[in-house]
Amino acid sequence: MAATENVYRWWGLTRLCMKILVTVSEVAEADDDFEIDGVSIDDRYLTFDLNEWDDYAIEEAVQLSEEHDDVEVVTVTVGPERAEEVIRQALAKGADRGVRVWDDSLDEETLVDPQTKAELVAAVAEEEEPDFVFSGVQSGDVAFAATGVSLASQLGYEWAAVVNDFELDADAGEAHVHRELEGGIEELTDVELPAVFTIQTGINEPRYASLRGIRQAQSKPLDVKSPEEIGVELDGSSLELTSLTVPETESDTELFEGSAEETAEKLATFLKDEKGVSA
Amino acid sequence: MSGVLAVAEHRQGELRDVSPEVVTAGAELAAETGGDLHLAIIGGDVDAFAEELNLDGVDTIHTVAEGDEFNHNIYVQSLTQIAAECDPQYVVIPNTVNGLDYAPALADELGSTLVTDAVDIDATDGLSVTREFYNGKAEGDVDVAGESAVVTVRPGEWPATEEAGDAAVEAVAVEIDEDAVGSTVTGFEEVGAGDVDISEADVLVSIGRGIEEEDNLPIIEELADAMGATISASRPIVDNGWLPQDRQVGQSGKKVTPDVYIAIGISGAVQHVAGMKGAETIIAINNDPSAPIYDIADYGITDDLFDVVPALTEQFS
Repeated sequence: MAATENVYRWWGLTRLCMKILVTVSEVAEADDDFEIDGVSIDDRYLTFDLNEWDDYAIEEAVQLSEEHDDVEVVTVTVGPERAEEVIRQALAKGADRGVRVWDDSLDEETLVDPQTKAELVAAVAEEEEPDFVFSGVQSGDVAFAATGVSLASQLGYEWAAVVNDFELDADAGEAHVHRELEGGIEELTDVELPAVFTIQTGINEPRYASLRGIRQAQSKPLDVKSPEEIGVELDGSSLELTSLTVPETESDTELFEGSAEETAEKLATFLKDEKGVSA
Repeated sequence: MSGVLAVAEHRQGELRDVSPEVVTAGAELAAETGGDLHLAIIGGDVDAFAEELNLDGVDTIHTVAEGDEFNHNIYVQSLTQIAAECDPQYVVIPNTVNGLDYAPALADELGSTLVTDAVDIDATDGLSVTREFYNGKAEGDVDVAGESAVVTVRPGEWPATEEAGDAAVEAVAVEIDEDAVGSTVTGFEEVGAGDVDISEADVLVSIGRGIEEEDNLPIIEELADAMGATISASRPIVDNGWLPQDRQVGQSGKKVTPDVYIAIGISGAVQHVAGMKGAETIIAINNDPSAPIYDIADYGITDDLFDVVPALTEQFS
């Protein structure tokens, strides 16, 4: 596999270069109050932004590019033209160039399944031959939390999901990672490269783009490709959203009413009298 | 192709709570499709686990004695071989950090459609899965195409099966291709063992995104001081580094069961609720009346926390 050769070239004395591919998604966040139109939320109530998990993935890659010589950070996005805004954000934070894949037929789908998304990213990865891939654990809107591992399996790469600590071991051709399990337990794992790592929030502190970064991002390369150009034949999503509703609230909360002073007093009285809380 | 293959989860020598829940989800699915329910147990003390999970509804338990702990390569290889024998239509996996570490790869290996984080499944007429969208603000039904599917199910959504069963237990000799095992677990670490144990506190004042900035923390500290309470937090506060990890309540943090839990500026995402729903009295201070925290709060104040919190501090001073 070419990507492996890449790694070994880098591990060797020549240290030609290292390439990190980062998946970047645009996600839709719904307002507190919104209306559902068919099986989607009307655009008026949506704000599109960089996926929170991807922000950490970008930061992890950019930090590595600052610590090591000759590292190229390439972003890959499956998204419409609107998504170029979040790609520019990634470029402004330090990624070197971006690739965007899209086909208008994807717009017709009610829900793009994660395996199709991974297939498109995998086709780009096969062209780019990265040493490893960082991907967010999940997207904030659909939250399948599956694209990264599906990508690894389609590429024949190794992988680790929900990584909150990443250490590259160049000589061993592997990475030492922590996987964040439930209940405050972390699993320590060694992962052979090339690999896909799904990055958890909190692994680092994502930077804000500098004004200089934002300016530079405008002139960084952003390639747009169709599925055909990268050799993927789309045959429709295997998932279809058939209904979308606001979950019924099961609230039977007793609300304290009045001004802030009044509600605070009522709550304090309850806490003192019923729960024995005192200063 | 018929029936259901469910997969148990264990860690550090113990079955996780989600395992008997996966049995329930699998049994429902098997009943709806008229097939058998197979249960796979991979790694650890498989015989003890098989005894514990020999539950009502399970027809056959397949045990694979490979390794002590979870390894995704071993899981994918083992499940691929078990699936080749029992040819299930559906595979049911816990929607956990480890479940999501192998379910997508298994789906690709089996050529099955993948759908994750199900909160309800209906297989009476094809497969339809209910799951959340937009960070829990909406819920949708998803039609799943394809002859077979891998579905991950959210912990806590199905009741645990408790009645004993009489499943046949079969030890499976899986041939592991060691060259394809490219990840090695070297240990575990408990995070954030600090000097404060929030799981021991009687009164917790817990803060979330609503606090907006680190500079606003003092108003919470003043409240906690005045009330003699301990401060805890939801994930974003810890991710931002405003409070140490040992203060985090939720799925990836600590489970807490205080007498009083005051959630301030916390929306109440499912991952957070998993860590605090056992509190005796839950009080929410959040200006968004549609926030999911109000689904479980006993008392609430739907007002600006920056007005309410100082006023509450005043009451205890």
